[in-house]
Amino acid sequence: MLSRTADHLFWTARYLERADFLARILDATTRLTALPASYGRPGNEWESAVASSGCAAGFYALYDGANEYTVRDFLAFSPTNPSSIRNCLSVARNNARAVRTALTIEMWEAINDAWLELRRFDAKAMDREEFARFLEWVKAVSLAFEGSSHRTMLRNDAYWFTRLGTAIERADNTARILDVKYHVLLPATEQVGGSLDYFQWTTILREVSALTAYHWVYRESVKPWLVADLLILNRQMPRSLTSCYETLVRHLDLIAEAYGMRGASQRVASTTLARLTGTRMEDVFQSGLHEFISGFIADNNRLGVTIAEQYLMP
Amino acid sequence: MATAFDEMTGVPGATEVREAYVTLKRWLETTPRHLLDTRRSQAELFFRRIGITFAVYGEVEASERLIPFDIIPRVLLKREWEILERGLKQRVTALNRFLADIYGPRECLRAGVLPEDLVYRNPCFRLEMAGVKVPHDIYAHIAGIDVVRVDADTFYVLEDNVRTPSGVSYMLENREVMLRLFPELFEEHRVAPVEDYPDALLASLRSVAPAGAGRDPTVVLLTPGQYNSAFYEHSFLADKLGVELVEGPDLFVRDDVVCMRTTEGAKRVDVIYRRIDDDFLDPLVFRPDSVLGVAGLMSAYEAGNVTLANAVGTGVADDKAVYSYMPEIVRFFTGEEPILKNVPTWRCREREALAYVLDRLDELVVKEVNGSGGYGMLIGPHASRQEREQFRRKLRHAPDGFIAQPTLALSTCPTFVAEGMAPRHVDLRPFVLTGADGCRVVPGGLTRVALKEGSLVVNSSQGGGTKDTWVLDA
Repeated sequence: MLSRTADHLFWTARYLERADFLARILDATTRLTALPASYGRPGNEWESAVASSGCAAGFYALYDGANEYTVRDFLAFSPTNPSSIRNCLSVARNNARAVRTALTIEMWEAINDAWLELRRFDAKAMDREEFARFLEWVKAVSLAFEGSSHRTMLRNDAYWFTRLGTAIERADNTARILDVKYHVLLPATEQVGGSLDYFQWTTILREVSALTAYHWVYRESVKPWLVADLLILNRQMPRSLTSCYETLVRHLDLIAEAYGMRGASQRVASTTLARLTGTRMEDVFQSGLHEFISGFIADNNRLGVTIAEQYLMP
Repeated sequence: MATAFDEMTGVPGATEVREAYVTLKRWLETTPRHLLDTRRSQAELFFRRIGITFAVYGEVEASERLIPFDIIPRVLLKREWEILERGLKQRVTALNRFLADIYGPRECLRAGVLPEDLVYRNPCFRLEMAGVKVPHDIYAHIAGIDVVRVDADTFYVLEDNVRTPSGVSYMLENREVMLRLFPELFEEHRVAPVEDYPDALLASLRSVAPAGAGRDPTVVLLTPGQYNSAFYEHSFLADKLGVELVEGPDLFVRDDVVCMRTTEGAKRVDVIYRRIDDDFLDPLVFRPDSVLGVAGLMSAYEAGNVTLANAVGTGVADDKAVYSYMPEIVRFFTGEEPILKNVPTWRCREREALAYVLDRLDELVVKEVNGSGGYGMLIGPHASRQEREQFRRKLRHAPDGFIAQPTLALSTCPTFVAEGMAPRHVDLRPFVLTGADGCRVVPGGLTRVALKEGSLVVNSSQGGGTKDTWVLDA
């Protein structure tokens, strides 16, 4: 297929995944800040939402401080934030439109309908309830797009590049949450704090839609080291770093097989996966969670660059 | 201006109905109005959802607009269509021979069929093409011939579009939406299908692949990109054809061979169905500032390693001054009398014609020789005195740039407008394909309708709409 087509598919999927991620961060943060103050919230949860989104620099250039309204405006609607939900959906739609022919009609309708409907949401007039509905709608858009790609696309390189875009963005998103919240994720040997931390942990789980999954997997109350284990190493959890890399390696292998040639992308992805599967949570805590996550984010970015060089813009 | 011929009743307001419309008229009279209204909004929703939009240059906010679609089809009988079809094939055959001749032996110029300077001084004449041999001598692989009707028996050709004619996606999508919304109408009418147009187009394109292309030539569709007004059509056609939709930067030329950049490396391209104008094709030969084209493309083309459809330099043949010589061109190249009429045309470059035109500005239509899309045009009977005086000055200043024609009473067709059903003027653009095995016309075409009462301008950029076009079998 055309390199440009692969590039657009990859980025359409990435942007939709990012929109979904932002919706979940906003949703979880709104919930956390709704807790009574007696639970002793120390920091500013809205600051941490901005940090998790990965666009803190852009935010503080525009606003004096992080609160519900500035963060909501910036992450959801701001035309100046290139990664706001609104921009993610518009860019995804533009990418999709440029490669209409590579999408199935169902995928196109999912993204084009979203783009048409987006204009009907009035950011200014939205109260909390309407905003919550908006976030649900954003999640539904990503679901509809990914679901229709899964149900309707031919299993060929177009599908594989779409899956790569989703998986690499998802790995980045999970890692960013961990990067911001690493200080509340402590090993089993440490003394853990009170109820505040509990809400921090459940918020993390909500941000990756994994609260229910947690209970099914561990069958015990929420423990910080298990939260870290679920998000980093657990292969059953679709947003864990390991699971994302299994997806990346699998689809890169399918591409290599179809094209009859392996390259740097296959090597970089399988090296990262090997490191994840060969690690135990104790080792990660031993060498430092923060260092581990920073290293992972850098590796994940390197894979993005490698895929681009090998396939998307040779 | 004479009273317009109405396609349904013959004479406007008459109670009798022409044969083609008998069943349709009964259906229109018996179907409740609210049902028709529901269907109209469903049609609009359909077009918006599939994203069939067009951009209007110079309008920022409405950068993606729908062309209004009218649910009442325009109906032709098979015997009417057969005359049109023969006439269209004859005309396009003549156009192709004319182009092969002016870029080859130039016999028609020696024989004085038309003045030499109309060719040589034509801005669309490409000297680069002189002596270049194109596969099977075909230049206009895809032609859109605009036809208007003035009475039961008479069709006039208004314009020949042989550069990059657009609109065929509307022909196909209009039929698609009609089939979805009014299946019962198709049970009662035997409507000739148009759905095989993409297959016919692909076959034509493959048939003109360069000799070295092998048995399975690679065809691509070259688009200026998604900000072009016809981008929807480009992506629609590429999809239906099953070929890659490429932009200039996706292609490169190495050793006079055109390749596209793919995820598996470079892949050779044999036939380019290009939807960008000559000027932008190759920055090394034409406009150096073009970022839409491919450097080296012309050199690969002249080396015979790639086929461009349509060929470079076809614009000479859809010039309005050359148009006025089409009857002579048809006679010269086919040895037959033209089946389709030309609108009588005064060439303002001729002194007597100019005087005639200046005397009758209030009854004639004056057009710029190189204008298109309904711009740069004076419709005398509808123009203000001021507009007419403006054109009088333009005509005196540069008469060569203009032709004039009588104001034709374009036929009308019943159309839904705000007040209900009313007659509106229509034209018809059938699409003629030419490949190594000859000419083909899909039965139908794009009917454009001027939605404003009394208006004769059907162009979508100026408030025109479209209709499905039916050719009834038997």
